[in-house]
Amino acid sequence: MLFMLRELTSVFVAAFLVFYLVQVSHLAKGTEAYTAFLGRRASLGLMLFHVLAFVAALYHSITWFNLTPKIMVVHRGEEKVPPALIAGPHYAAWLVISVVILWIALRS
Amino acid sequence: MAEPSMTLEVFRYRPEVEQEPTFQSYTVPYREDWVVLDALNYLKDQVDGTLSYRWSCRMGVCGSCGMMVNGTPKLTCAAFLKDYYPAPIRVEPLANFPVERDLVINMDDFMHKLREIKPWIIREQEKPVTEGEYLQSPAELARYKQFSMGINCMLCYAACPVYGMTQDFLGPAAIALAHRYNLDSRDQGQALRKDVVFSHEAIWECTFVGECSVVCPKDVDPAGAIQQEKVAGAIDLVKSVLMPWGSR
Repeated sequence: MLFMLRELTSVFVAAFLVFYLVQVSHLAKGTEAYTAFLGRRASLGLMLFHVLAFVAALYHSITWFNLTPKIMVVHRGEEKVPPALIAGPHYAAWLVISVVILWIALRS
Repeated sequence: MAEPSMTLEVFRYRPEVEQEPTFQSYTVPYREDWVVLDALNYLKDQVDGTLSYRWSCRMGVCGSCGMMVNGTPKLTCAAFLKDYYPAPIRVEPLANFPVERDLVINMDDFMHKLREIKPWIIREQEKPVTEGEYLQSPAELARYKQFSMGINCMLCYAACPVYGMTQDFLGPAAIALAHRYNLDSRDQGQALRKDVVFSHEAIWECTFVGECSVVCPKDVDPAGAIQQEKVAGAIDLVKSVLMPWGSR
C-alpha cells in the first residue's frame, strides 16, 4: 500500500516536469507570452497541483533517503556503520543543495 | 471446564478427489504454547490423516514449514496460536507457487534458480589441499554473514508481488545468496554469476517493494541484497563501457 503510494508520487513529479517544460517554452516565446502564462498559473487549480506535487516530491525524497542505508552498506572493521550515519549526510547534502538553489532563486 | 479451542481453516486440494481447492474447517485445542504447526500435527495425528504438509525441525532452521497464515507468509513453527486466538486462522500453501497437494507446494522453480547462481565458492585456480584453507578474517566474514543466514524457506517468494506476476524473476533468496558469495573474500566467481544476476530477469526486475525483507524469518534482508547487487551491476556496466578491454 505504502509502496503503491510512493510509486504514485512519481506521476506528480513527472506532471510537474511537463508543466515546467511548458513554462520554459513560453519563456522562449517572449515576455508577453510568459506574463500571460504566469497569470494562468496563478489559478486555484494549478496552485493546488503545485502544492500536491511538492508534497509528493517530499514524500518520494524522504522515503528514498531513508532507504539509502540498505543500499550503501559501509563496514568499519567487523561493525556496520549505523544507518543514521549513512542517511544523515544524504539529508545534510539535500538541505545544503536546497538552500543554495533557494539562494540563487531568491537573490534577484 | 471445557478445554478452550479454536478454528483452523485449512486449504485442501486432493487432485484425485476434487477439481478445485476447498477450505476445510477443523477445531483444534487452544494452547498458549502451541504454534500453527503443532495444531496441524494434532490434526494429522488425531483428526484427519489425509492432510499433507511439509515440516521437519520445529525450530526455524530447516525452512520447510512455510505457509500462508491469514494471508501472510510465515514459518508455521514460529506462528503462535495465541497471536490469533480466538479468531479463526486460515492456513494456505505458500502463494505464488503451484500447489502439489493440500499445503504442499512445488518448489522445482526455486531449486532450479538456486543452482543457476552457482552458490558455492568459485576460485580461478584451486590451490592444492596441502596448502591449507582459504583464510578469512572476522571483518571479511561480517561483510556477507547476514546474507548467508537464509534457510530456503521461500517466504520471500510468496511475499514478492513481482515474482507473483513474473515467474521468470530470479527472486529474493537466490539473489541474496548470489550476493553472499560475491561478497565472500574467498570467492572469485562474480564474473561467472553476472550473466544470471545482472540480467533483466534478476536484479533489474525488482522494483524494491521490500516485502521480502519484511517477511524474512532470519533477517537476511534480501531487498537490501538486491539493491546492493544493482549497484555492483551498474558499476560493472560502466566499467565494461569505459574499459572494454578489462576482463570483468
